[in-house]
Amino acid sequence: MNRTERLGMMLVLAGLLLLLILLNTQTYTFNTKSAGEFIEDSTQLSFLQPEITKIKNSVFTSKVAFASAYKNAVDAANVNIEAAANAPEPSENNEEETDSLKNKEEQVVKKADKEEKDSVTEDAIQTAGKQEAKIDDNETGGIEEDYTTGFLVKAARGPLQEHTTTFLITVLGLFTLGSLLVTYGKYAGKPAGIKNNDLFKKPITTVKWPAVLVGLGLIAFYIILYWFPYLLSDWILLVTPIKNLFKNGPADENFLYGVIYSLAVLLLGIKMFIKYRHSSYQKIRTISVSFFQLSFAFIIPEILAYLKKPSVDLKNIWPLDYTFFYDSNINELLSNGKLGVFMLVWGIALLVVIVPLFTYFFGKRWYCSWVCGCGGLAETAGDPFRHLSSKKLVAWKAERIVIYSVLIISVGMTVTTLINYFSNGAVLGTATESFQKWYGFFIGSIFAGVIGTGLYPIMGSRVWCRFGCPLAAIFGIIQRYKSRFRITTNGGQCISCGNCSTSCEMGIDVRWYAQRQQNIVRSSCVGCGICAEVCPRGVLKLENGKTENRINNNPIIIGNDGIHVVQ
Amino acid sequence: MQHIVIIGNGISGITCARHIRKKTKDAITVISAESEHFYSRTALMYIYMGHMKYEHTKPYEDFFWSKNNIRLLKKRITKIDDEAKNIMADDGTVINFDKLIIATGSVTAMYNWPGQDLKGVSGLYNLQDLQKIEKETENIKQAVIIGGGLIGVELAEMLHTRHIAVTILVKDNYYWGNVLPEQDAKLIEKQLKKNGIKILYNTELKEIKADEAGKVKSILLNTGDEIKCEFVGITTGVKPNISFLKDSNLNTDKGILINEYFETNCKDIYAIGDCAQFANALPGRKAIEQVWYTGRMHGETLAQTIAGKRSPYTPGPWFNSAKFFDLEYQTYGDVPTIQKDTHKYFFWRHTHKDVAIGIYYNQADKTFMGINSYGIRMRHVFFDEFLKEKKTVQFILANLNSAIFDAEFSQNHIPDIIDAWNKDTGENVKKQQKTAKVFSFLKKFL
Ligand SMILES: Cc1cc2nc3c(=O)[nH]c(=O)nc-3n(C[C@H](O)[C@H](O)[C@H](O)COP(=O)(O)OP(=O)(O)OC[C@H]3O[C@@H](n4cnc5c(N)ncnc54)[C@H](O)[C@@H]3O)c2cc1C
Ligand code: SF4
Ligand code: SF4
Repeated sequence: MNRTERLGMMLVLAGLLLLLILLNTQTYTFNTKSAGEFIEDSTQLSFLQPEITKIKNSVFTSKVAFASAYKNAVDAANVNIEAAANAPEPSENNEEETDSLKNKEEQVVKKADKEEKDSVTEDAIQTAGKQEAKIDDNETGGIEEDYTTGFLVKAARGPLQEHTTTFLITVLGLFTLGSLLVTYGKYAGKPAGIKNNDLFKKPITTVKWPAVLVGLGLIAFYIILYWFPYLLSDWILLVTPIKNLFKNGPADENFLYGVIYSLAVLLLGIKMFIKYRHSSYQKIRTISVSFFQLSFAFIIPEILAYLKKPSVDLKNIWPLDYTFFYDSNINELLSNGKLGVFMLVWGIALLVVIVPLFTYFFGKRWYCSWVCGCGGLAETAGDPFRHLSSKKLVAWKAERIVIYSVLIISVGMTVTTLINYFSNGAVLGTATESFQKWYGFFIGSIFAGVIGTGLYPIMGSRVWCRFGCPLAAIFGIIQRYKSRFRITTNGGQCISCGNCSTSCEMGIDVRWYAQRQQNIVRSSCVGCGICAEVCPRGVLKLENGKTENRINNNPIIIGNDGIHVVQ
Repeated sequence: MQHIVIIGNGISGITCARHIRKKTKDAITVISAESEHFYSRTALMYIYMGHMKYEHTKPYEDFFWSKNNIRLLKKRITKIDDEAKNIMADDGTVINFDKLIIATGSVTAMYNWPGQDLKGVSGLYNLQDLQKIEKETENIKQAVIIGGGLIGVELAEMLHTRHIAVTILVKDNYYWGNVLPEQDAKLIEKQLKKNGIKILYNTELKEIKADEAGKVKSILLNTGDEIKCEFVGITTGVKPNISFLKDSNLNTDKGILINEYFETNCKDIYAIGDCAQFANALPGRKAIEQVWYTGRMHGETLAQTIAGKRSPYTPGPWFNSAKFFDLEYQTYGDVPTIQKDTHKYFFWRHTHKDVAIGIYYNQADKTFMGINSYGIRMRHVFFDEFLKEKKTVQFILANLNSAIFDAEFSQNHIPDIIDAWNKDTGENVKKQQKTAKVFSFLKKFL
């Protein structure tokens, strides 16, 4: 590391440190007005409001204490709601009580009433890992949804709340400047080309303690993000100024994740772009993944939300987008007029027309390393870890068992969902729900998020794509059996050096094929093209072409005319 | 079932073993003193530079050998008895054979310079060399490399990544003078200079001097100059590794003498790869071929004979490739250092990028003889086919688009190359039309 790189690294670490400090600088006081922003149900609100009012003067220094106070308030409100629901026909007394309550908080309730018109729609589609939102359909009408995070964001008092924009700019500035400096220090003034020097000597890229630390950090981040998002309320507050640009409601943990994800893809995309500046294929591909992340995954859904339309990531395809056929999603789309129907048709057309057609012409790479968000992160932030994927035969065997199992499970889950949908819950009603919950938890959250990204520095950048993604499994079957894509091996030029296999993020032993002049036709190849990039002898070329002889097997490599094998 | 014993687990020995296994159930034993398993010698530099570790250079997983019933032994063979049909290792083990294949590769060629055995002097051929270099280049600032060839550039790049200042001594008046035409060498010189490597042409090593501790201190040149350095890399070429055969009945010259069936003068003993020398060189070929590809082809061919189908060695058109820092080089066919009067060398070089090609052809009938390509990857099958068919240089140029093997979206230099050719010769070679390709593409589907 030279001085510029070290400075850049320090800025990035300073940004991280600042973020961690920001989690501990605020105090939290209930903002009684904010209740109306989250809870549209006026009955619920009217019962919760007094409970919150009771503790409105407490100043909490910890989010955990705040959360438990809030939980107590909700529990108390729910007890009252249940009592009211179970009570006999409302007596006059009762009404009076409610009336007086209503008077007290008249303003807020009015506001809530107004908002009631916009139905409660959680954008369940947002992140692959987000669990399905619960809809308040319990019999007693109690408050079921967890608004802790929302309340906490509103409750914050302190430097961050007073100078949010300043802090935001500082944090973004530190990360941006830091990462640009690292990129500059690493590559400026040096000849372009493959420079993997010391890759297997640096602790961070060889699963030594810094790598384990980063991995654990990522895992912790995902666990908190998915199951304890309220602990990140200060960061949500931090990105609120960005959310405000879209004028579509308060920021939540999904938005926070979107910002972090996009920032990572963009900044490390720049690094990737510079690292492979000698290769047009890599440059165009990097621009493409960054573009799709920024626009389709991040900005367009926000604009749709602003327009009060379903905020859909239009490049996300079932079964990667496993909630696509959920009744909640279908209902939401169908209740959104022509645009909603278009989105539904688009989602299905992507799957049944575009996926097979594009994969036939270009291989799965058109999606996996040009469009997909998971691929986007893997091809930018994950690039320094690509060599960690196992090339062993046993890994390949495990990969096939696991990925096709996930595919079968995801299809099963969706089929039960659809049966349930068309039978209006008559068949498989509760089973479907638990199946969905189970899938969302284990596959959607743990596999795709916690493990998928958390294991970057341990098992390489494509753990999810290689072992888990059911969409990749579908692409893979098409790519293997009906596609024009292959990696051509250049005659006898291979020197079996192993650079290609080492750098394959999908764990393909590219050399195995190259050294026997066999084309590489593997279902898992995402067409990143790095194997061809690192080959010192110009042996590999990703190309689309005639399907005859795509899968070849030459017992004797060309250049040796003495032997003719009679087939 | 016969017992086939192969000495040497390099590309030639291992390829031979694999192909024998494909065809027969013979017992196969492969012996090597260097490493337990076959690894790729060509990747030594990448281990040093940290692109890979040793384990990544092994083309087959360790279970491959027992699964294919190929017995591996790590021993140094010191004696061959062709009459008793056995060999002996330095630990006294005697191994009987029915057929013996010697594939012992090369060793670094040293020319009895005073001081060549000092600490801090090393060739680069095997794992042991690499370990030595690793140790002796730790924290040093100055190194000298003797000899400007392929391994010389690799060693220079290796040391460069450790921020060691490198000077290369080159015997000729340009780089890799015994292989490349002079224009080509300029590109390599540019790569070296770009990376801060100093090149001294027309210089040779006279003596290596030591400090009190017996470690390299400096070298003396034939010019009388002295260069301070802490490490001396010897890359003046390799020679067949046959010193252990001194007392055997095998006929040797520089290498083990063989005919085109890889047969030595002793019955049932064969030699392949770097260590073998054809008693009569094949037309257009050298008697000793010290490259990876030929080692592999030797192994493939001899395996046929061992398996019962006696086959002579008849290689196709020559090909090779290398990488000089960031400059990729491929060659197909025949491109000599100095052109014959009857032939011509058409050389095109990009105005500022490190991209060039040179085409060698017969002036009289315009037969295409060979190509050197820098910064453009070319398709082996294209040249293999058209070299055999003896196509004209114009045909090659007109179809050169189909030979390009660069990654998609790469810049296509062929139109510029054809323009340059047409300007040079006043001919009118047509460029392959892009649109035509689109049409033929559409036609396939309509
Ligand atoms: C640094 C480097 C880079 C290279 N790069 C290229 C390249 O890019 N392209 C290319 O075409 N060629 C390249 N070469 C040349 C190529 O590696 C050799 O031509 C090839 O490896 C020779 O193979 P072989 O099987 O004949 O012998 P070797 O690979 O040398 O194998 C012989 C084996 O036999 C063992 N052995 C020898 N004697 C005994 C004994 N008495 N008892 C037991 N074992 C013994 C040796 O230890 C060795 O392991 C390179 C060589 C080097 C050193
Ligand atoms: S085989 Fe090559 S292109 Fe395919 S995923 Fe591996 S490195 Fe990428
Ligand atoms: S990187 Fe190239 S030369 Fe090396 S093993 Fe792979 S295909 Fe062969």
